Amino acid sequence: MTGKTLYDKLWDAHVVRSEADGTALLYIDRHLVHEVTSPQAFEGLRLAGRKPWRTDTVLAVPDHNVPTTHRDQGISDPVSRIQVETLDANVHEFGITFFPMNDVRQGIVHVIGPEQGATLPGMTVVCGDSHTSTHGAFGALAFGIGTSEVEHVLATQCLLQKKMKNMLVSVDGKAGPGVTAKDIVLAVIGEIGTAGGTGYAIEFGGEAIRDLSMEGRMTVCNMAIEAGARAGMVAVDDTTIEYVKGRTYAPSGELWDKAVAAWRELHSDADARFDQVVRIDAASIAPQVSWGTSPEMVAPVTGRVPDPAEATDPVKASGMKRALEYMGLEPNTPIEQIYIDKVFIGSCTNSRIEDLRAAAAVVRGRRVAENVKLAMVVPGSGLVKRQAEEEGLDKVFLEAGFEWREPGCSMCLAMNADRLEPGERCASTSNRNFEGRQGQGGRTHLVSPAMAAVAAVSGHFADVRTVTPSGG
Amino acid sequence: MKPLTTVDGVVLPLDRSNVDTDAIIPKQYLKSVKRTGFGPNLFDDWRYLEPGEPGMDHSGRKPNPDFVLNDPRYLGAEILLARKNFGCGSSREHAVWALTDYGIRVVIAPSFADIFFSNSFKNGLLPIVLDEVVVDRLFEEVAATPGYRLKVDLAGQTVTTPSGEAFDFEVGEFHKHCLLNGLDDIGLTLQHADEIGAYEERRRAEAPWLFR
Repeated sequence: MTGKTLYDKLWDAHVVRSEADGTALLYIDRHLVHEVTSPQAFEGLRLAGRKPWRTDTVLAVPDHNVPTTHRDQGISDPVSRIQVETLDANVHEFGITFFPMNDVRQGIVHVIGPEQGATLPGMTVVCGDSHTSTHGAFGALAFGIGTSEVEHVLATQCLLQKKMKNMLVSVDGKAGPGVTAKDIVLAVIGEIGTAGGTGYAIEFGGEAIRDLSMEGRMTVCNMAIEAGARAGMVAVDDTTIEYVKGRTYAPSGELWDKAVAAWRELHSDADARFDQVVRIDAASIAPQVSWGTSPEMVAPVTGRVPDPAEATDPVKASGMKRALEYMGLEPNTPIEQIYIDKVFIGSCTNSRIEDLRAAAAVVRGRRVAENVKLAMVVPGSGLVKRQAEEEGLDKVFLEAGFEWREPGCSMCLAMNADRLEPGERCASTSNRNFEGRQGQGGRTHLVSPAMAAVAAVSGHFADVRTVTPSGG
Repeated sequence: MKPLTTVDGVVLPLDRSNVDTDAIIPKQYLKSVKRTGFGPNLFDDWRYLEPGEPGMDHSGRKPNPDFVLNDPRYLGAEILLARKNFGCGSSREHAVWALTDYGIRVVIAPSFADIFFSNSFKNGLLPIVLDEVVVDRLFEEVAATPGYRLKVDLAGQTVTTPSGEAFDFEVGEFHKHCLLNGLDDIGLTLQHADEIGAYEERRRAEAPWLFR
């Protein structure tokens, strides 16, 4: 008998029952909830007179609509305010654990789950948000769901699912200096495309992934969805267990020992079979910058904007042409000659303490370039913000001319007041460069936190590897 | 959920690949706490010449004459013909609600993003995967034939062109059953409540840290 993949193990441990056509009822251990995709689900429960199955598995937080300035004045946009108030009313009505906007534990749902130890190895984790794949970094099966499924999980603690196929993305060897988790995952998406992982659960492995911190692994798994895969995951090792230990919702004492023993099994067996294997040499990856309107449209910072005339597939060529038009870019422009208007450091991809440290290391002792109208740092949670302030990172950013904001999703998707104006170009550490994502007509370039910091102080994209940290 | 058995409708061709859910329904409309009313904002950024916000009267906004949805020839379309990786990006079910609220009942494409695909079935929207070659042909036929319609038969799993040519498509048995009968799958799952309880007992013994 062949061995099991990590995904096989997680799947098998959660199947309640299976139908003849392969549809399974899958048990859900953790359900994270935010204000945007939950109101219609709670309303559905009320209309059907149903109660949540297990409220102790649910953790709710507002993140998409919350302002990142002047929190004491509440939410000025009435439509956003109603959505956050609706979440507040729903969690109270149904008795769900909740971190309100002004609680220090509030933050982006995919930052606070791991931070609180609410995300644990071996769990199934869902949320009405596609970036739920983030939590797979812990050797968990984590994926985004729609609002009907949010209601289904609330009512039954289960989901109807078909098993996905197994893909291994192995990033072999060591990544070079200045090459981060973000660059690795952008390079992977550039390689396999935004639909390359459709129908698959991706396990990320190889030395370069093993070498990453938990923050880095979360960045990689976060963007599995940008490669089309609903779930991304990394096997459990010492790094995972060290991170989880001592967190609020993590087990302790005897239960901890028992849990760790079980978690040590959460890796693919040596003889496990994958439906597809992709191998990438880490040493070949340079810092990445996206140039188009899809996360697969990436280039190394040392490269140029590609020329649609050189694409062989006509559908692809017209997509590239359309993207360049939207982005206001000419083919063959060197990436380092693209000038920017704004910088956004934040989002569920890159707003954790390690991300802020990496950006601060570049910014320290420098100034935001004259042509940059706004450079902002939005920590992923109140606790990340507090930690950064204890380390003095806020001062580094403020002295350089950055704004230091309150936690939330902010300009990753511009549901709150933080957005690009039409035509504005942004170096962003977020995950999607779709048309209008950061504001109608806005132009997004996806980069790592260090690369965003270099762009902020240079006024244009530049290779982080040529910049030496200045000062302490 | 409204059952879906057959659809005989006008086809709206959207000739772009990787149409993402931000394009289908821009973020500002996700602030609604309802499931309805998203139709006027389907493809909002492409559809109107000036930016829109929730709560405004969208009928007064200037339509973009170059966007296919505004071509009178496709008025009342119930079938959307699209390119590969349709519905990629976010998990927002609002994308499906915008399509159904507008009147779309079937989307045909060479491939779909996973979350969009499963969200569709929960809302009476049928996503049909056809070969890229077939989809290419359909795009050509739609362009060449004003008033072009397709017939979709879910029970028989066929898409039939005006010339009578039929293409088979795959659909999971469970999804098909729920769509044909307009079934709410929560009710179906709750019929297995005992099994869920039994699973929990077993799991509690194996992994007690998950039950505290």
